[in-house]
Amino acid sequence: MTLLLFVEQVLNGLQLGVMLFLMAAGMTLVFGIMGLINLAHGSLYMIGAYVAATVQQATGSFLVGLLVALPVAALVGMAVEMIALRRLYPRDHLDQVLATFGLILFFNELVKIVWGPQAYFMAMPDMLSGSVDIIPGIPYPAYRLAIVATGLAVAILLYLLITRTRIGMLIRAGATNREMVNALGVNVDRLYTIVFGLGAALAALAGIMAGPILALEVGMGESILILTFVVVVIGGIGSVRGAFVAALLVGIADTFGRVLLPPAIAEMTIYILMAAILVWRPQGLFPAHA
Amino acid sequence: MLDILRRIVLWGGLALLCLLPMLAEALGEGFYITMMNRVLILALAAMSLNLILGYGGMVSFGHAAYLGIGAYTVGILAYHSDAWFGTESAFIALPAAMLVAAILALAIGAISLRTSGVYFIMITLAFAQMVYFFFVSQQEYGGMDGMQMWSRSDAGPIDLSDNASFYYVVLGLLLVLLYAKYRLVRSRFGLVLRGIRENERRMKALGFPTYRYKLVAFVISGAVAGLAGAMMANLSEFVSPSLLHWTRSGEMMVMVILGGMGTIAGPILGALAFLVLEDVLSEITQHWMIVLGPLLILIVLVARRGLYGLLDPKGEPK
Repeated sequence: MTLLLFVEQVLNGLQLGVMLFLMAAGMTLVFGIMGLINLAHGSLYMIGAYVAATVQQATGSFLVGLLVALPVAALVGMAVEMIALRRLYPRDHLDQVLATFGLILFFNELVKIVWGPQAYFMAMPDMLSGSVDIIPGIPYPAYRLAIVATGLAVAILLYLLITRTRIGMLIRAGATNREMVNALGVNVDRLYTIVFGLGAALAALAGIMAGPILALEVGMGESILILTFVVVVIGGIGSVRGAFVAALLVGIADTFGRVLLPPAIAEMTIYILMAAILVWRPQGLFPAHA
Repeated sequence: MLDILRRIVLWGGLALLCLLPMLAEALGEGFYITMMNRVLILALAAMSLNLILGYGGMVSFGHAAYLGIGAYTVGILAYHSDAWFGTESAFIALPAAMLVAAILALAIGAISLRTSGVYFIMITLAFAQMVYFFFVSQQEYGGMDGMQMWSRSDAGPIDLSDNASFYYVVLGLLLVLLYAKYRLVRSRFGLVLRGIRENERRMKALGFPTYRYKLVAFVISGAVAGLAGAMMANLSEFVSPSLLHWTRSGEMMVMVILGGMGTIAGPILGALAFLVLEDVLSEITQHWMIVLGPLLILIVLVARRGLYGLLDPKGEPK
């Protein structure tokens, strides 16, 4: 493998990794705090992408699309939380899996009705459509670099939000002992809704950024959803730090697997990785409630 | 009162199942035989999932893997029918499908059962995805598009290509396995399994090697799902990765819950209700999923014990 290819693949791996992190952060927070497995997390990713693509087509601006789609997805997430998911927090995981599976069916069909079954393509923002020399003589698409930068920036912001702000403190406290937080007079219901909205916005951000690279289609949320599961499980359910490490690990492993291994095994790389890690550490790399 | 009603539904249902091909013939609606074939095969699959989900408390989200590998075993054996190991005989292909599915379940179960809770749900899903992608990448066997079989398996004196005979074979298998499961969950093994569902730590403290019990149940369940897959391949004379898609695993779980988890007849009711619902709703609108999704959420929220629970409201899971 030449240096060029190596650097390129590392960047591709990072790009997939930060996307997975954006998805996994929301999912792992929701799990860690509310104890909810949300299969419909991928639906928010899909909704974010579709809304952004529609607004972009209408206004011609990627940025406007992004700025509209993020709050829309957050609101959809919060509405779903208040209508349906809230009732599932005390239920067992089986009920949660089934009900959110129902949500997936609903959202997929909804998107099919509103946008039709055909695939959509999203234009890349003009400013980022070129390429940049990462090392002199090695060009790399600027858009993909922007994804990596955005993902890392969001990771840092999320870290600051969780460790340095009041809401972050409540999130951490809620994850440790929700009854106590409730007893101390915090409106836990509202906290949960906010956390869910935050997770939805992060998922939508991943979907919007993926838009110009992948085609938008019904069911696009599910392929990334399963990868996100892998990340969350490897990282340790409930741990944002674990999700970050695992996301990069999975991103890099998947990218290199595709280059180095025969196709039949390449598709399975990350699942093998996950099985190996779970055999070694059944609670994931960074168990949140150890 | 309900006890009588339950008996009427169960025995009446059984009588109806036995007479169905003749009724369909008389009505000139051959379509119903094909549809009921699908119902019974999926009931078989749901029943196998119910053993670990309903009685063992193991939420496996990867049951499509066994269904799919059972189907592919039949398909691949038939595909190589010229080679020394290929065969179109049902007497070899069906047991082979069960064996291969059992081996897969042994491998997956041995690793997955080390974990529990959400980890178990996700790792079984991940393994099923591995199997899915494995078959997607098998170009020789049609890759993503799947492969057509020349004909249904050859079962000697029984002509499987006739839909009515096929139906009776599936019904026979289902009833035999239903009875076997009825005996199994009442045996010492079944009691231990149900004990594990209620409180694994206590069973461990009582000295039961719970991991081994769970693994055996997992393997039996996988083998029966493999048989269901083999029959599915025979029914449609077609195998493709769509049998392995993760939504299949979800659907099977829905059938079990819909019918009534941890009940003997529940999965059959569930499979029937699911397919009838699909049929009825898709008649009304092509976007039937938009109704099914919220319906599913509603069922989870309000009708926790499934259809069988309606017939037997106060009864213990049996």
